[in-house]
Amino acid sequence: MQQLEALTREASALAGGGYPVIPILSANEAEVGRQMQICNACRYCEGFCAVFPAMTRRLEFGKADIHYLANLCHSCGACLHACQYAPPHEFAVNVPQAMARVRIDTYAEYAWPGALGSLYKRNGLTLVLATALALVLFLVLTMAARGTLFPGPLAGNFYAIFPHNMLALMFGVVFGFAVLALGIGVARFWREVSPASETGRSQEPSLRRDATVEVVTDVLRLKYLDGGHGEGCNNADDRFTLWRRRFHHFTFYGFMLCFAATSVATLYHYLLDLHAPYPLTSLPVILGTSGGIGLVIGPVGLLWLNLRRDPAHGDLAQRPMDRGFIALLLLISLTGLALLVWRDTGAMALLLAIHLGVVMALFLTLPYGKFAHGIFRSAALLKNAIEKRQPNRLQLGSE
Amino acid sequence: MVDVLVIGGGNAALCAALMAREAGASVLVVEASPREWRGGNSQHTRNLRCMHDAPQDVLIDAYPEEEYWQDLLKVTGGITDEHLARLTIRASSTCRDWMRRHGVHFQPPLSGALHVARTNAFFMGGGKALVNAYFRSAEKLGVQVRYDTPVVSVELDGDRFVAVRTTKGERIEAKSCVLAAGGFESNREWLREAWGQNERGEWPSDNFLIRGTRFNEGMLLKHMIDAGADSIGDPTQAHMVAIDARAPLYDGGICTRIDCVSLGVVVNREGQRFYDEGEDFWPKCYAIWGRLVAQQPGQIGYSIIDQKAIGRFMPPVFPGTTANTLAELARKLGLPEQAFVKTVEDYNAACRPGSFDHTALDDCATSGLAPAKTHWARPINTAPFYGYTLKPGVTFTYLGLKVNDRAAVHFGGRPSPNLFVAGEMMAGNVLGKGYTAGVGMAIGTAFGRIAGTQAAAAARKVEHATA
Repeated sequence: MQQLEALTREASALAGGGYPVIPILSANEAEVGRQMQICNACRYCEGFCAVFPAMTRRLEFGKADIHYLANLCHSCGACLHACQYAPPHEFAVNVPQAMARVRIDTYAEYAWPGALGSLYKRNGLTLVLATALALVLFLVLTMAARGTLFPGPLAGNFYAIFPHNMLALMFGVVFGFAVLALGIGVARFWREVSPASETGRSQEPSLRRDATVEVVTDVLRLKYLDGGHGEGCNNADDRFTLWRRRFHHFTFYGFMLCFAATSVATLYHYLLDLHAPYPLTSLPVILGTSGGIGLVIGPVGLLWLNLRRDPAHGDLAQRPMDRGFIALLLLISLTGLALLVWRDTGAMALLLAIHLGVVMALFLTLPYGKFAHGIFRSAALLKNAIEKRQPNRLQLGSE
Repeated sequence: MVDVLVIGGGNAALCAALMAREAGASVLVVEASPREWRGGNSQHTRNLRCMHDAPQDVLIDAYPEEEYWQDLLKVTGGITDEHLARLTIRASSTCRDWMRRHGVHFQPPLSGALHVARTNAFFMGGGKALVNAYFRSAEKLGVQVRYDTPVVSVELDGDRFVAVRTTKGERIEAKSCVLAAGGFESNREWLREAWGQNERGEWPSDNFLIRGTRFNEGMLLKHMIDAGADSIGDPTQAHMVAIDARAPLYDGGICTRIDCVSLGVVVNREGQRFYDEGEDFWPKCYAIWGRLVAQQPGQIGYSIIDQKAIGRFMPPVFPGTTANTLAELARKLGLPEQAFVKTVEDYNAACRPGSFDHTALDDCATSGLAPAKTHWARPINTAPFYGYTLKPGVTFTYLGLKVNDRAAVHFGGRPSPNLFVAGEMMAGNVLGKGYTAGVGMAIGTAFGRIAGTQAAAAARKVEHATA
């Protein structure tokens, strides 16, 4: 009914002109708005994470507020288990679930190019197609280069199959596009959730620096999976566990180490004229190996937790996306480590093609899959860090 | 046969179960509700009123025993047992570390509760998080828990506990027992009987909403009183708040409160004011408004504010009725238009200029108005106007079983050797009427822990006697 009224208002505003257009809430957004109204009158969860203190700075929840809060939510589950209004209560408050449903809508809504936003909605298909196509591509390229998938031992020389510049170009273009698409997407999100007057442009530089430092530390520590009390978040039930945070750390830092390995290798190649294959004790291999191990432990752990996760947490419909992403990361690390182990054997070409295929699949789907959650969440955390340094205009009264 | 049987699954019951288990007893907890509704009214609580002589972890300044006792004396109007009250107060200063050991987390009070930072320690996540922590700890320590098991009667041998019988007819024996099954606020017939019919021919309690659990039917309390246990308290006394009339019949909890009362006026169905809305800070006087509204015709009230109040009180869960004129607001709320407008205009005219400050007991008061509004009286004259309909919301009842400082149930003045009671079933010993935030949990924690210790000791005695 409220939506209908908003629709009517907007229609008449468009027809008449001159009236501000009121953004219409989707059903998922309206549900977050409804739940936030209940939470704002209760506030027992204020100590758990940033969502609730941010909520208390508002009396009503518009589209921008809902998008912001949805991305600030880390889906830790603490508020659900602590909630006196959680189902079977008729208020049916399940903040992690309502937020998750809006979150994926925001990824799709702000995606660039816009049309590709729909890939989030069919993420299983997206991942399968990207992986299959990328694998086929590299297998075909291998065949084209050597006429066989088993060209015999090549002493770990990847470039005997794919010239370095070809790989650099292929991955550079795809990765560059992913960075651009994610960047534009998150910039669009940032513009909507942070009206110019509220992003702290007039703020002291020191405050902005403090806010930035806080966000970087919060992101790197994954603060909001600590449960607010350091004992961690919820997974299977009302018990707290630090393992979600730890496995996230393994995954994140594993990924970053692999990324660092690639970056160092690139520098070696272009600056020092040192070419792969690098010895086992070289910096790129050490970084890559430790990263690869982290990227095995992290995703295996996350998958294990995901399989045991309370079905009331988050949005069940998104589990294929979550697990698909985890599986892809795991495939990357496993194939990468396999490649390292067998790089001097006749299986190298095949292993290389498979590894490059799954890495390419990840790069292709980076801006249209689970990866986006880290970027959007970081942006929401930055808004939060700025906002909480601004005076609260509400005066709800105290003794 | 289990050593200690604990009946109930709220804060007091779990404190008793944990203490008994820590004392080495085998413990069975039987909870009337299914697992997802476990915890009784404790799931709706938020904090514990704590005595402390110096700043301590989440508590600031000091809240010494004497001040706590005076606060309790004031709200109860002297209907309290000083010995038991002081015991509760002292226990509140030492229980937090024990609570933490069982997984309860405290947090500094944040935006909605700064006014109680000195007197109350807040549970992170609220009472349901506390209950979850206690259940986890209990299960880890080997306490057995059975849900969906309401108890209807207790089998006694004189004043000695023998067994209980559940609604399914099952008989459960134990060496000792702790009753912690809550009050009777969700028993509509009993409320009707207690409140009776008023001079207008109404049954006031028919219009009450229950803020707390739907499982507090008081079956066990009634059974114990019928079985000759000594009772204490007035059955109409309860923790009663004026809450949003649209709140659910049960389990509305905290969010159904209406916090704008002190910023405007409250009228009854006839459009008349009936009490000083600015008597004190809302957190100090909110618990009297349930009874005030219960005494009005139709057990209904209307909290009226104007635009100036927006952003100065905790956001209500349901939107208010809005109007651009007072007459329109009266029509929308179904109030007699002329009488309502006259009430507000008389009030507006009686407001004396002052410096409004809703964070202090300011000097904005009415003059020559009955009843007066003694603070925060500002004319209601800025559209849009807002109206919230209020009904009495019962949190818990005070009629209970008489206890001593060992939490023993009494029969004809004699304490039972192995039957104990804690929580709402005996809170009336300390809290004869009125309320002050966090004191229910203080009583439940203090007497739950005593009852658990005593029950474990009583079970050991039974063992020695039979050995």
